[in-house]
Amino acid sequence: MNAQAPALRDPRLNRPEPLTPPLGDGGFFQRDRAIHPPAHAPGYKSSVLRSPRQSLLSLENSISEITGPVFGHNDLGPLDNDLIRNYAKDGDPVGERIIVHGRVLDETGRGVPNTLVEFWQANAGGRYRHKKDTYLAPIDPNFGGCGRALTDDTGYYYFRTVKPGPYPWRNYVNSWRPAHIHFSVFGSGFAQRLITQMYFEGDPLIPVCPILTTIPDKDALDRLVAPLDLNASTPFDSLAYRFDIVLRGQRSTYFENRTAGN
Amino acid sequence: MPQPLNYLNETASQTAGPYVHIGLIPAMAGFDIFEKNFSNVLVSPNTKGERITLEGKVLDGTGTPLRDVLLEIWQANAAGRYNHPADRSAGAPDDEFRGWGRAGSDFESGLVTFETIKPGAITDRTGRKCAPHVNLWIVARGINIGLNTRLYFSDEEAANAADPVLNLIEQPVRRKTLIATRSERAGKIVYSFTINLQGPEETVFFDV
Repeated sequence: MNAQAPALRDPRLNRPEPLTPPLGDGGFFQRDRAIHPPAHAPGYKSSVLRSPRQSLLSLENSISEITGPVFGHNDLGPLDNDLIRNYAKDGDPVGERIIVHGRVLDETGRGVPNTLVEFWQANAGGRYRHKKDTYLAPIDPNFGGCGRALTDDTGYYYFRTVKPGPYPWRNYVNSWRPAHIHFSVFGSGFAQRLITQMYFEGDPLIPVCPILTTIPDKDALDRLVAPLDLNASTPFDSLAYRFDIVLRGQRSTYFENRTAGN
Repeated sequence: MPQPLNYLNETASQTAGPYVHIGLIPAMAGFDIFEKNFSNVLVSPNTKGERITLEGKVLDGTGTPLRDVLLEIWQANAAGRYNHPADRSAGAPDDEFRGWGRAGSDFESGLVTFETIKPGAITDRTGRKCAPHVNLWIVARGINIGLNTRLYFSDEEAANAADPVLNLIEQPVRRKTLIATRSERAGKIVYSFTINLQGPEETVFFDV
C-alpha cells in the first residue's frame, strides 16, 4: 500500500502553471466515475437497496451547478478546528494527539481558497458520540468528535484531534472499520460537493474494509491514506498526518459563441 | 512522448455513514458543540420571497423511508439569482438569503423538511429560461457517492414544460419524479416530494 504518494511535497513544485486562466467559471471537468465507488457495491451491503438502478442523466453544468454556497469566518467559532479543546469539560480527551493538515486542490493543482471543510470521527476507543452508536467502548466525556475549518488563500487547512480507534460494524459478522476521519468539502460550485474518509498509513484493516474496497481503482484508494508527516509534528506534543483533497477542476470559457445577428 | 498534462485526480467519494450527523448536524447526534450551526431554515425575517416548506422522504428499494439520510439544498433567491459571484444574471441579489441549507431525516418517520422561499425562474448565461427549481444533494449510509437531483414546482406547469433540463429526460413519466406537489396546510405553503432510490418510480438522478 502506497500512502498518498505526492502528499509530502507541495504539488505545485513539480507542476507547470495551472492550465486554465484564474477566473474560469465554466462547467466542471467531467467526473471520472471509474475512480469512485459504484452506487451498487454488494460487498458493502447497505448499498444494495440504496443505489439507483437507472443510469444517471448527464447534465451539462448550468449556473445551478457552477455556483454553490459561500461560507466565511463568521460561520465558525474560534475552537472549531481544535477537537482536543472544543468539547473538553474537565481535561483533554484520551488518545494519541495528532495534527491533520493538507490542502484542498482542484484537478488543475490550484488551491481552493476559503472553502468549508468539515470533519467528524470516533474517539480513541472507536466510539462515536451519537445516540445511535451502541458500541461497548466508552464515550469520552471530553471529546465531541467534530470540527470544521475554512481553507486559507492557498487552500490550506489544519486541525488538531486525537487519533480515532477502529470499531466493529454490522456488515459481515466480523467487519471492522479501519481508523478513519470523515471529511465534507464544498469547493466553489455545488457540483464539487464531496464527502470522503481519510485513513491512516500502515493500518492493517485498510485492505479488508468492505467500504474502502468499494473503490475500484487502487491509486484512488491509496490517495485516501494519509501518510505520517513527521516534519509537521510538534515535538513532545503531537504527531501529524497530511491529507490533500482534490476537487473537480473547472473549465474556462475562452470564447463566447453567439449565433450571427445576436 | 507528448508533454504530460499533469492533471490531478479527484479524491474518491466515500459514504457519509450512519453518524453523519456528528459532523454536519451535531444537535441531531445528541450534543451541542458549535456556537453557530447550519440548519434547514434558509430564511431570515428579511429574506425576500414567498415562504414555503419543502417536505419529503427518501425511500429505499423496498419503499421504506431512510431514517439516517442527510439532504442539502442549493437554490436561487426569489429573483432567480444565486448568491455566488459567478452568477452575473440580472436578478436582484438578496443579502438575507444564502440559498443553502441541510437537514437530516427524522429518526422515526424519515421526514425531511426545509423552511425556505420559492426561487424565481433562472436565466442561464446562454439566455435560456429555466423553470424555478431547487438543487438537491443526498448522502447517507449505503450511498457511496452523493446523489444529485432537482425539485421543480407543481404550480409551474408552463415553465416546467419548457425547462431545458426536464426536457432532457427521455420519458415524460420520469419527469414527474422531480415535481414537488404544492398544498396549503394551516396557512403554510408546503411542497411535498418523494425520492425513490429504486423501483418503477425511481427518481431521476443527474451526473452533474
